Amino acid sequence: MQPNDPQVRWLKEPELGWTGKVYLPLFVEGMRTTLRHLVGPKLTVQSPEERHEIPEPLIYRGVHRLNRDEQGRVKCVACFLCATICPAHCIDIVAAPSPWPDRDKYPESFTIDELRCIYCGMCEEACPVQAIELTTLYDLTGKSREEMIFDKEKLLSVYDQTKDAEPIFQSWPLPAVSAEQENAQKK
Amino acid sequence: MATVIVDNREVELPEGVQLNCIQAAALAGVEIPHYCFHPGLSVVGSCRMCLVEIGKRDPQTGHITMFPKLQPACNTPAADGTVIVTQSEKVQQARAMVEEDLLLRHPIDCPICDKAGECRLQDYHFRYGQKERRAEILPFHSRRRDLGDVFLFVDRCVMCTRCVRFVREVAGTGELLVLARGAHEEIAVLPGYPLNNKLSGNVVDLCPVGALADKDFLYKQRVWFLRSHRSVCPHCAAGCSIWIDENQDHLWRIRPRENPHVNRWWICNDGRYGYHQVHDRRRLLGARRRTADGWEELDWAQAPLVVREALERAGRLAAVLSPFLTVEEAYLLALLVRRIDPEALLGLGPVPRMGQDERFPGGFTISAEKCPNRRGVEAVLSYFMKGRVLQFDELLGQLGPQGVRGLWITGGYKAPTPPVSHVLDQAIADRLEGLDLVIVQDLFPSPVAERAHYVLPGAAWAERDGAYVNCQDRLQSFRRAIRPPRGVLPEGWLLWQMHQRAGQFDAAAVLDEMAQQITYFAPAVYEIPEVGLDLKAGLLAATTAKTASELKG
Repeated sequence: MQPNDPQVRWLKEPELGWTGKVYLPLFVEGMRTTLRHLVGPKLTVQSPEERHEIPEPLIYRGVHRLNRDEQGRVKCVACFLCATICPAHCIDIVAAPSPWPDRDKYPESFTIDELRCIYCGMCEEACPVQAIELTTLYDLTGKSREEMIFDKEKLLSVYDQTKDAEPIFQSWPLPAVSAEQENAQKK
Repeated sequence: MATVIVDNREVELPEGVQLNCIQAAALAGVEIPHYCFHPGLSVVGSCRMCLVEIGKRDPQTGHITMFPKLQPACNTPAADGTVIVTQSEKVQQARAMVEEDLLLRHPIDCPICDKAGECRLQDYHFRYGQKERRAEILPFHSRRRDLGDVFLFVDRCVMCTRCVRFVREVAGTGELLVLARGAHEEIAVLPGYPLNNKLSGNVVDLCPVGALADKDFLYKQRVWFLRSHRSVCPHCAAGCSIWIDENQDHLWRIRPRENPHVNRWWICNDGRYGYHQVHDRRRLLGARRRTADGWEELDWAQAPLVVREALERAGRLAAVLSPFLTVEEAYLLALLVRRIDPEALLGLGPVPRMGQDERFPGGFTISAEKCPNRRGVEAVLSYFMKGRVLQFDELLGQLGPQGVRGLWITGGYKAPTPPVSHVLDQAIADRLEGLDLVIVQDLFPSPVAERAHYVLPGAAWAERDGAYVNCQDRLQSFRRAIRPPRGVLPEGWLLWQMHQRAGQFDAAAVLDEMAQQITYFAPAVYEIPEVGLDLKAGLLAATTAKTASELKG
């Protein structure tokens, strides 16, 4: 596209009239906004005594957790898709044949360097079994760098802490859709 | 000249070989998908993935007649006037149907399947499969069965029977068989006769899907993390061409690399699983020198100078050129020792042998000589020793009579596995008594290294640049796949520095120099092809020239 394309409409900055040039009306308008916020409801949260309200926990990206399956075992199947997609290379997995008869592969060790992580949530999206999720825990502290490298046990314990408040998000397998519903959708 | 028409393009077939339509299409750059066909095995035409439209052009009239039904390309020989159509709607439909059928019973457990990323079922599904799924397919858990040397994931199998044909035709052992019929077909072994032969690892590479899994590689790495490097197997004198699959300086897998002159498509299990010694914890690390009260660490930055001074002080020298050295390293070492002492003795290191050459029905041979480069080192030795090649025992015998004071021993031998001790054993160490200077450059601690004045840790083959000459005089060069561990300087790098040459070790430059100096290596002036270079041709030319000059004289 060229700048002189007739399809392009160029906007011009509106010119200030004499009311604008004397600044008084604009000053009054700004003062009105200030006063409105001075007496209006307060938005600042007195952290850490008060906690943030998280508007949509499902899409919030806080500390990771490793989910457990119905039998309390780690749900992860060690497919390395999270480690592959991770742009910060902060996930390290060691896979092994699983000790359970109904599963074949499991993570012998699973560590996330929470300091290296950029909390983009790609691991959660890549996971084919909803085993890794980002919780709403946002105030993460530690006394050393080593402490911030979360291993499998710690990630599972995050799940134990948060499972009641944030149940595992089931996106797959998709709920069975009946033919009638499907037709209704198409219409 | 026979001509085949592939998708409206004419391709000329090479003389003297019978190709089928898959291979003929490949010549034209057209890929015909296939599971069961493999150039090294017999043709069964069972997977039906390679169905294409085939016709015939009348040589007189030029009129083309197409067959009414689709034909398997693998089972149709390409002849003059064969017409292959691979992109018609009929062919695409047939491929999509085959894919759909295979996926009906497939567990689709790609996330935990080791083959994912290099799986034909995956690749073909994306390229030729249907976009829409008509059956309700949910992933399930594949049954796993132990077949002996490998695992079989029963439900992932697409019944191409490549593995069954391999053990029958190439390995000649025939442990695998097809059980049951129709949709219940399974690969199996008879009770009491597990898959257990020296070539069994190849079935894993042959398997187009993830049904056969390597016990050594199972769940170790995802294939997309691995980087492949061209290399040459160092475990016997056959010198098979291999791929080294590596991730972050750790070898994870060795795969055969196709080479029609050496190993064709296969390698043996010794070569496949022998890489573990590269990461053995017992390896020598850090150069050291003997002092009055024990060992002293030697800085690698000073080692070239210190060792050279020690050699100069010793006076009369001898060097043992191990058959594990690359030809470049052998040449540099011989040149170095001869520069310091022009009369220096040079001999061949001990050549490990085990039993007899093993031949398999498919033509694959495992050499009894368990070192990669005896021929190459012998050629270097015969150049420096005026045609004589001193064997190790002869060399040790001559140390005293020749008044040798300093000896440089190179190794690279296998890790000692009790009860088998290191090749450089106590008996050899005892014969070195009385020498002023013994330098040992090796991978693993040995009685000889204990006895040495200087111990210089050497690199494993995957950490070196250079070339090996196999037992059939084929020179194959390779680059390093991984960096050596901390405390190890590859032989070539050390020798390069001791020669005070500028820059970093350049194996190609050394080989060029050798090609100009040594008749045996004369063909190596050209670029070394991926399948290696036959040095016998050069030898033949040299002897012909010699005979011709003799006849003239």
